[in-house]
Amino acid sequence: MSSRLPQEGSRINREKTVDFRFNGKNLKGFYGDTVASALLANNEMFVARSFKYHRPRGLFSAGEEEPNALMGIGEGPSFEPNIRATEVKLRQNMNVASQNHWPSLRFDFLSINNVFSRFFAAGFYYKTFMWPRAAWKYLFEPMIRRASGLGNAPSEYDEEYYEHIYHHTDVLIIGGGLAGITAAKALRDRGLSIMLCEKDCVIGGRYLEDSKIEERDRYKKFHEKSIGILKKSKDISVKLNTTVTGIFDHGFVLAYEENQHSNKASKKALWKIRAKTMILCTGAIERPIVFPDNDLPGIMLAASVRDYMQKYGVLLGDRLVLTTNNDYAYKTVIELKHRGIDIPVVLDARDSSDNPIIKEAEGLGIRILFGKCIGRVEGKRKASAIGICSVNGEGTIEELIPCNAIAVSGGWTPNVNLWSHCGGKLLWDGECGFYKPDPENTPTGREGETNMLALGACAGVFSNYDIQDHVPRKINQLASRLKIKSKRYIETNVFSKESEKKTKPVFALPHGASKDKQKRMYIDFQNDVKVSDLQLAVQEGFENVEHAKRYTTLGMATDQGKTSNINGIHVLSQSLGKPVDKIGHTTFRPPYKPIPLGLIAGQYAKKLFKPVRKTPIDKWNLLNNAIWEPVADWRRAYAYPKGNEGLEETLSREVLSVRKNVGLLDSSTLGKILVKGPDAGRFLDLIYTNMISTLKAGKCRYGLMCNEAGFVFDDGVVARLNDQSFLCHTTSGGADRVYAWLEEWLQTEWHHLKVFIVNLTEQYSQIAVAGPKSRELLQTFKSIDLSAEKLPFMNFIETNIDDIWVRIYRISFSGELSYELAVNSNQAEELWNKLNKVGKKYKLQPYGTEALHILRAEKGFIVVGDETDGTVTPHDLGMEWIVSKKKKDFIGKKAFSLPHLNSSIRKQLVGILTLDTNKVLPDGCHAVEDGKAIGHVTSTYFSPTLKRSIALGLIENGRSRKGSTLEFEISSKESIFAKIVDPNFYDPEGAKQDG
Amino acid sequence: MLNIYCPICQRDCDETELSCGGQAHLIRRDHASSDKDFYEYLYERKNGKGIIFERWRHVYGCGKWFHTARCTLTNQVFGSYSAKEVQPPKSILATIRRSRVDFKGWVK
Amino acid sequence: MKRYSLSSIFTEAFRDNLGWEKAWTKRQPKKEYQIIIVGGGGHGLATAYYLAKNFNMTDIAVIEKGWIGGGNTGRNTTIIRSNYLQESSIGIYEKSRFLYETLSQDLNYNIMFSPRGVLMLCQTEHELRAMKRTSHANRINGVDTKMVAPEEVKEIVPIININGPRFPVLGALWQPRGGTARHDAVAWGYARKCSDFGIDIIEQCEVIGVKKKREKIVALETTKGNIKAKKVCFVAAGHSSVLADLAGFRLPIESVALQALVSEPIKPMIDCVVMANTVHGYLSQSDKGELVIGGGADGYNNYSQRGSFHHIEETVRALVETFPVISRLRQLRQWGGIVDMTGDRSPIISKTPVDGLYINCGWGTGGFKAIPGSGWATAEMIYNERPGKLASPFSIDRFSEGRLIDESAAAAVAH
Repeated sequence: MSSRLPQEGSRINREKTVDFRFNGKNLKGFYGDTVASALLANNEMFVARSFKYHRPRGLFSAGEEEPNALMGIGEGPSFEPNIRATEVKLRQNMNVASQNHWPSLRFDFLSINNVFSRFFAAGFYYKTFMWPRAAWKYLFEPMIRRASGLGNAPSEYDEEYYEHIYHHTDVLIIGGGLAGITAAKALRDRGLSIMLCEKDCVIGGRYLEDSKIEERDRYKKFHEKSIGILKKSKDISVKLNTTVTGIFDHGFVLAYEENQHSNKASKKALWKIRAKTMILCTGAIERPIVFPDNDLPGIMLAASVRDYMQKYGVLLGDRLVLTTNNDYAYKTVIELKHRGIDIPVVLDARDSSDNPIIKEAEGLGIRILFGKCIGRVEGKRKASAIGICSVNGEGTIEELIPCNAIAVSGGWTPNVNLWSHCGGKLLWDGECGFYKPDPENTPTGREGETNMLALGACAGVFSNYDIQDHVPRKINQLASRLKIKSKRYIETNVFSKESEKKTKPVFALPHGASKDKQKRMYIDFQNDVKVSDLQLAVQEGFENVEHAKRYTTLGMATDQGKTSNINGIHVLSQSLGKPVDKIGHTTFRPPYKPIPLGLIAGQYAKKLFKPVRKTPIDKWNLLNNAIWEPVADWRRAYAYPKGNEGLEETLSREVLSVRKNVGLLDSSTLGKILVKGPDAGRFLDLIYTNMISTLKAGKCRYGLMCNEAGFVFDDGVVARLNDQSFLCHTTSGGADRVYAWLEEWLQTEWHHLKVFIVNLTEQYSQIAVAGPKSRELLQTFKSIDLSAEKLPFMNFIETNIDDIWVRIYRISFSGELSYELAVNSNQAEELWNKLNKVGKKYKLQPYGTEALHILRAEKGFIVVGDETDGTVTPHDLGMEWIVSKKKKDFIGKKAFSLPHLNSSIRKQLVGILTLDTNKVLPDGCHAVEDGKAIGHVTSTYFSPTLKRSIALGLIENGRSRKGSTLEFEISSKESIFAKIVDPNFYDPEGAKQDG
Repeated sequence: MLNIYCPICQRDCDETELSCGGQAHLIRRDHASSDKDFYEYLYERKNGKGIIFERWRHVYGCGKWFHTARCTLTNQVFGSYSAKEVQPPKSILATIRRSRVDFKGWVK
Repeated sequence: MKRYSLSSIFTEAFRDNLGWEKAWTKRQPKKEYQIIIVGGGGHGLATAYYLAKNFNMTDIAVIEKGWIGGGNTGRNTTIIRSNYLQESSIGIYEKSRFLYETLSQDLNYNIMFSPRGVLMLCQTEHELRAMKRTSHANRINGVDTKMVAPEEVKEIVPIININGPRFPVLGALWQPRGGTARHDAVAWGYARKCSDFGIDIIEQCEVIGVKKKREKIVALETTKGNIKAKKVCFVAAGHSSVLADLAGFRLPIESVALQALVSEPIKPMIDCVVMANTVHGYLSQSDKGELVIGGGADGYNNYSQRGSFHHIEETVRALVETFPVISRLRQLRQWGGIVDMTGDRSPIISKTPVDGLYINCGWGTGGFKAIPGSGWATAEMIYNERPGKLASPFSIDRFSEGRLIDESAAAAVAH
């Protein structure tokens, strides 16, 4: 059983106990514990179920590589699934629950998968579940989905506030182990800004834990001195608890800060860093040796066993066996032995080793067997004994040794993920059996320069002495390459030179494991990928490393193969009989450490998610019961219901008030773009399909824009303010697009023209006063004369209403006598209120966008986006009159001559009148002829004015169909018949617009 | 996340400030052109794997268009220049050659 | 070919699975073939498969520069739907969806087609009107879709937040027979069946040159030597322009990186595919339990298969807004694929300026759903030497004629 030692534990504070719950049990830990160490201290060795076979699993590591111990942590809005127990600090009253089992961890119904595992070999699901066909949807898939997945999904909304932080730095050091610390020290005082990110809550990496007892004080002194230097140096900023998780183009780096000190859920921030140069000091991860039954609880990476003991005072077991292939792993048994723990045997896969550490272990009375490994592990839910076998051969057990813990070490794998994210290549190191950064093929920055340097263990340099020796040299080289203040940095090496620690690259043992054993040799613990699975993949032709990964799901679990990839590649290489460097590796992708989706969304969520644009009259709209309609980023008043009115009544009231009296519309969202300069007219002639340059100052003209493909792009009224200035109105949704469009043409095609463009959309607000009584209403303000002589249709004047400057356009989108008042936005609300007040006398009613749309549809005016959809030409709309024949050139002109734009089957805009006047055609319904669709309805309303349904539509050859009746299919059972007419239902002569 | 130098602002800009406008140095074809020329201008693109010349706008900045030379495989940027240039300036071509010996020059 | 069945699984289980054969045979190229398909992704393999199945053509090589299914076939978010607006799009995508329904049985390979339903949200009045138009077009063209009200949306997807506040859900277009499939399995299943037909599948074989004689295709130069062919079809999304360049012509496409991401696996929380076009977010859950999320495309040409983070950020933000409970799930992995975007965002299935050379490309961000239909139509074109009914709207000359099939402009929906 695992237990807490009476003393020791550099990370915990034994004065402060912390209460927590695990699967409903009340347990105690210490302040500073991780959930993992606290569980082990409470003898919770069986803490999880695997993904596929639901096998019992225990803690396998002490760090971010943990494949097994995933927990659901927290409750309600702070519940998080799939949290690695090794990465989260224990908090008071924390609720921890294991996952992927039903009804409980110990008695899991789906552990039956384990019994039937022989049927569930790699890729078995591609071969079955196909009969009968419907069963996949209704039976197999739901079954598989319920069985897979890991933790439960959160069910409550997240209340946490997430933040993004931006940072620029000359140098980013990734990892605060010995290499990172030395690099920071070597780079200081050179005029550079340096940032060091360390994923742990302290810097120092492993060198203190790895030191021998007699060296420890010396190293500690060095450590404190280094920390002092880092703290003092103004050019160095150290970020703890911050994992660099993604490297992107041009030195863009994502780092994930998780601050776990608060008593509630941890605080998280996402750092977006631009770094000119990155120093990769991410160290290495211990990898296991794969052996039969290697997935039982009680089996742990050797260095992690030591970490739990030294950092948390927790012992995995009091009778521990080590299986290894390297000298470094002996540190673990030596440390344990010093504490009186029984080490019955060390199995070393090598033939021999002359490293003094072996002597030291032997001197402590530890029995060491070379050329041996584990051939079997006894125990159902916990390892209870091992069977020793020879590394060569099929794994016949020579001796059974009872034990309650097994430490395993297959050597160390450089942590190279970040090197690979943005183009760095890897080299296979056959001697050590791992991939390491290729110094000839580095990640590159914007200028193609090398922008990442790997130092220390992640570059394959493991001993402290060597690191302290090579890092300053590399940094000095870097400094001269970057031509930065080159003050050579020299550091006295405090670390003792150690004799070379050798690793024999072995990955799965015994070498000749029988088929039966291969089925119990786990490579990827979380996804239950075994040696036999990889061999089956190869047998079935999934030889490419990517194929093998996808076929077996090797390395695709939440640990992304941190402990399994290298072993998997090696097993693949053996099965294929191909050298490992010919196998390659799967692509490393961001993020290195999974990032919560809420954190990716950041502070721009909730209220700041796509902020709403509001007009200056928004407050009034809100107070007057407006229904909102989102239009681009704006919100506009759709209608203003009164009392108990139904929507139809509201719309009818609003429309009729415009037709009979006067209505008021907030049209501030209209795009307003000022085009100014001696060549402004010439420029606009190229932009619009019609002639703009001939417009006289003080007058307005409706204009249409097409794109080069000949399709209508935007429309609106152009007003010539003076000789050199035109104010171009655009659709509300199109303002930004049109502005960008104009700039693009001006800057990149017609840059010889003397023109400036400004987007004034928010400078002016606009209020439409529409209806037969609009002139009367406006003229109550004594200052203005709006008679037809003074202000004819399509003209404008600038004047004051009381003290408010206004530009009054006499334009009409409703067919009625109508004025649009442009006003400086800061006075819009005041003017609106004035108009409302004066308007009472004329039964003025404010109206919303829907009434506006009905009014224009009654007149047959198009709305870009309704009558057009990016495939409609002016000709289709019956607007040939607006396409200039005189102009030599304008955007879209060439396209009008293309064959398809002149085809005889184009859809043309028509009016549609249902035979049954009360039946309103549904939005978007299609006209059918001989079972084929020949066009569709673009706008359809019940017209309060005409007291009947009206619609506009685009119908194949529509204009030639005028007078005929068409069938509009509104459902599979029902059609509505309607007559095709001119698209102008109200006052076709246009008499009303003069009042 | 590209970072590109805006020659108008004379400073480096994050990609989020920019918008890309595709292939640079296209010649606009007007109504007098043949259908084939017009098609080439409007749709056909080099879309090369390697060095390309492209248009960018510093949309959340000065609002100006400019051109860059960039490698579409490594995202290395070889410099920015004015959008008024009808072909890549010599200095840019020289920069490319310094880094890519096999660069064959700009093709229309 | 050894048949996959319950009994074969049972038998193999008791003899250590030693009897399973290679899914597809690894071949070296012969000197000459009737037809060479360049590109061993879903579209290329499907083309070869339907040439064999529908036209008895088997003297075919499928050559692939990397590994089978390693391009966009293995990088997409696996959505299958046919709720398009334009008749020509409906034609090919519905054919494709229909073929997907029985593909597992046809190939004797479980591609896990899951008709779990695709829900396309409407979050503005404008989008609602456009989607209604699409639903009418679907019905008339025989695609089973319907408009559903917000309450029904909530019933289908209980984790959705239909009340906004920014963009309340106003309704949705529901295609109950749309869904997802296991992307890799589609490539592997086709490859296995092609191999069974006697078609040569040649991996690690890159085209480095195109040999023509009087503007007629003669042979391909590859990293595995020259291979002669009567007909060649390029089906290499993401590299179409590079291949066209070797053959001496240019295409109306631009290649950009499209990104996707998955979350860590969790127990089932969403049972259908949801597409939210106003806020640009696409979400479904894989059988393994990961949330599969489609991100945006970069705005610039890119062959690096990695994209910019801000697109991921925007997509995730939109989804967290729409499905607030996913906020505490974590992103496990992100990746990019190179997609060919045409001028009208619709694909190209066409003859080329070179006689005997055909092309299938330009599927943009939505090629996976089209694999069977695209293969079917391309096979028909290659065999008959002219496009059939499904393919003919998608010929290259539509651009010079102005005959665009602009779904995205018309329906305001990305493919």
